[in-house]
Amino acid sequence: MTALTDDTLPVTPRAIRDEMIVFVVMALLLAAVPFSGIYPFFVMQALCFALLACAFNLLIGYGGLLSFGHAMFLGTAGYCSAHALKVWALPPELGILVGVAGAFVLSIITGYISIRRQGIYFSMITLALSQLLYFVYLQAPFTHGEDGIQGIPQGRMFGVFDLTKPTVLYYVVLVGFLAGFLLIYRIINSPFGEVLKSIRENEQRAISLGYRTDHYKFLAFVLSGTLAGFAGSLKVFVAQNASLTDVHWSMSGEVVLMTLVGGLGTIFGPVVGAFAIIAMQQYLAGFGQWVTVIQGSIFVICVLTFRRGVIGEIAHYLRRSL
Amino acid sequence: MQALYAQLLVGLINGSFYALLSLGLAVIFGMLNIINFAHGALYMMGAFVAYFLLSLGGINYWWALLIAPIVVGVFGMILERTMLQWLTGLDHLYGLLLTFGIALIVQGVFQNYFGSSGLPYAIPDQLKGGMNLGFMFLPIYRGWVVVFSLVVCIATWFLIEKTRLGANLRAATENPTLVRAFGINVPRMITLTYGLGVGLAALAGVLSAPINQVRPLMGADLIIVVFAVVVIGGMGSIMGSILTGFALGVIEGLTKYFYPEASNTVVFVLMVLVLLVKPTGLTGRAA
Repeated sequence: MTALTDDTLPVTPRAIRDEMIVFVVMALLLAAVPFSGIYPFFVMQALCFALLACAFNLLIGYGGLLSFGHAMFLGTAGYCSAHALKVWALPPELGILVGVAGAFVLSIITGYISIRRQGIYFSMITLALSQLLYFVYLQAPFTHGEDGIQGIPQGRMFGVFDLTKPTVLYYVVLVGFLAGFLLIYRIINSPFGEVLKSIRENEQRAISLGYRTDHYKFLAFVLSGTLAGFAGSLKVFVAQNASLTDVHWSMSGEVVLMTLVGGLGTIFGPVVGAFAIIAMQQYLAGFGQWVTVIQGSIFVICVLTFRRGVIGEIAHYLRRSL
Repeated sequence: MQALYAQLLVGLINGSFYALLSLGLAVIFGMLNIINFAHGALYMMGAFVAYFLLSLGGINYWWALLIAPIVVGVFGMILERTMLQWLTGLDHLYGLLLTFGIALIVQGVFQNYFGSSGLPYAIPDQLKGGMNLGFMFLPIYRGWVVVFSLVVCIATWFLIEKTRLGANLRAATENPTLVRAFGINVPRMITLTYGLGVGLAALAGVLSAPINQVRPLMGADLIIVVFAVVVIGGMGSIMGSILTGFALGVIEGLTKYFYPEASNTVVFVLMVLVLLVKPTGLTGRAA
C-alpha cells in the first residue's frame, strides 16, 4: 500500500520558520477582515469549518485514518453547547466547555470501537456510527428533531465580551480558531506526532519498533474528535442554531472534501480548502442540487489528477512543507 | 401475530436488498480493492431505468429486470475503464473518495430533475394480489422479491465458487500478476466484475421500485446500512455476505415489531456489539 503523502520532508528549523511566517501572515489577514468590508458572517463560518477540517486532517493526514463520520463531533458539541446556553442559561465560556466535553466523551466511545479495524473498515465504521447518532438525535427530545435548537442566546463571554456584536464575536471566533490551529500544529510537531506519521507510513514497522500503535491512534482520534467538537461549539455562536444537518453524513463528506482540496497532510491545506468550499457554496447557493454535483466532480477531479491538493502542490513545487 | 409476520416479511425483503448489495460490494472489493460508495447511487439508477422503461417506452417489469442491470452494468464498466482503473496501487482510501464523488454526482443530477419525492412504479399484473397462508396474508409481489433475490444470490455464489470463470476470478483476487502470466486477461475480468457487482445493485433497485417508490436518494441512506452489514459479516466470503444480509434484515424486522424506536439503529448497534466481541467480523479475516 502506498502512503498517502509521497513526499514527506524532514522537520527542519527552516521549515518551522517558513510555517511560522505563513501562520503570522494568515493571522494578520484574518484579523484585518472586519476592516475590509467582507461579510464577517461568511468568514466566521469558514473559520469554524477550517478548524473542523484541521482536526479531521490530524487524523487522516498524520495518522492515515479516514474518518467518514466527523460530523458527529461537530453536531454533538453543537447540540450540547446549544442546550447548555439555551436551557441551562450558562455563560458562553461554560457553554463551549460543555460542548467540547460532549465531543470528548463521544470520541472516547467511538474511538474505542472504530480503532479496532483498519483502513477501509475504519471509514465504514465511523460512517455507520455517525449515522447511528443521527437517528438518535432525530428521535431524542432535547434536540427538537427536525426543527433543531434555534434562537440560541450568544451572551457575554467572561462577562466582558458582548458576543451579540458581530465584530466582538468575530475576534472571539478568530482567537478560538487560531488557538485550535496552534494546538494542532504543536501536536503534529511533537514526538507523539512523529510516531503518528510513522504509523501512517508503515504501521507494521512502528509495531516492530515497540510502539503500541493502537494507543497512538486512539489518542489521535480523541484529540481530533475533541477539537472538531470545539469547532462545533464555536459554530453555535455564529449560526445561533444547532440542527440535524450538522450530524448528517453529507457534512462528514464536506469536511473530507475541504481537506482533500486543500491537501491531505498539509498544515494550511484544510484552511484553504474550507474557505474555498464555503465560498463556493455561498456563490452557488441559487443553483440548488447542482452544488452537490459540483462537489462530487471536485472529489473526482481531485482524486484522479490533484491528489496533493492546492497547498500540497504548492509545497511540492517549492520543496517546502506547508 | 399478523403484525409480527408482516414485519418479518418486510425484514426479509430488506434483507434481500442488503444481501444483493453487500454481495456486490464484496465481489468488487475482492477484485478492485475498492469499497464502492457509488453502490447506493447505482441501485437508485437501476430503479430509475425501470421507471423510464415503463413510463417512456412502455417496456414492462420483466424486461426491466433484464435491461436495467445491463444498462447500469455497462455504465459501471465505463466508470471503471475511465476512472477507477487509474487508482490501482494507490491507498484504498482514494477509491472510497472517488466513488463517493461519483455517488454525489449521480444523486445530484437525479435530484435536479426529479426532486426528492418518490415516483410511483406499479406492481406488474402477474404479481398483484396476495395469498392467504392461514397464519398470514402474503402479498405475492413481496414473496416474489424474497424468492427471486435468494435465487440470484445463490446463482452468484455458484458462479464464483463453482465455475471455471469463478475460479479464475478468485485466483486473480489472490495474485493478479501470476494469473496474467497464465494468459488470462485480468484487466478485462476486473471490468466485468465491476459490471457484475453494480448490475446486482441495479437488480435490487428494480426489485425495490414497486415497494419503496423511485427516489433519487433511495440508495443514499441504504448504502450506509449496507456498510454496517459488511463490517458485521466481513467481505471474506460470498455466502457470509448473503447470510448476514438476510439475517440482519430479519433482525431489523423483528425490532420494528418489538421496539419500533430502534428499528433505524439496530443494525448499527449490532455492528458495535460485533466489533466489541469479535473485531474481525463474523466471517471475515483480519483486514
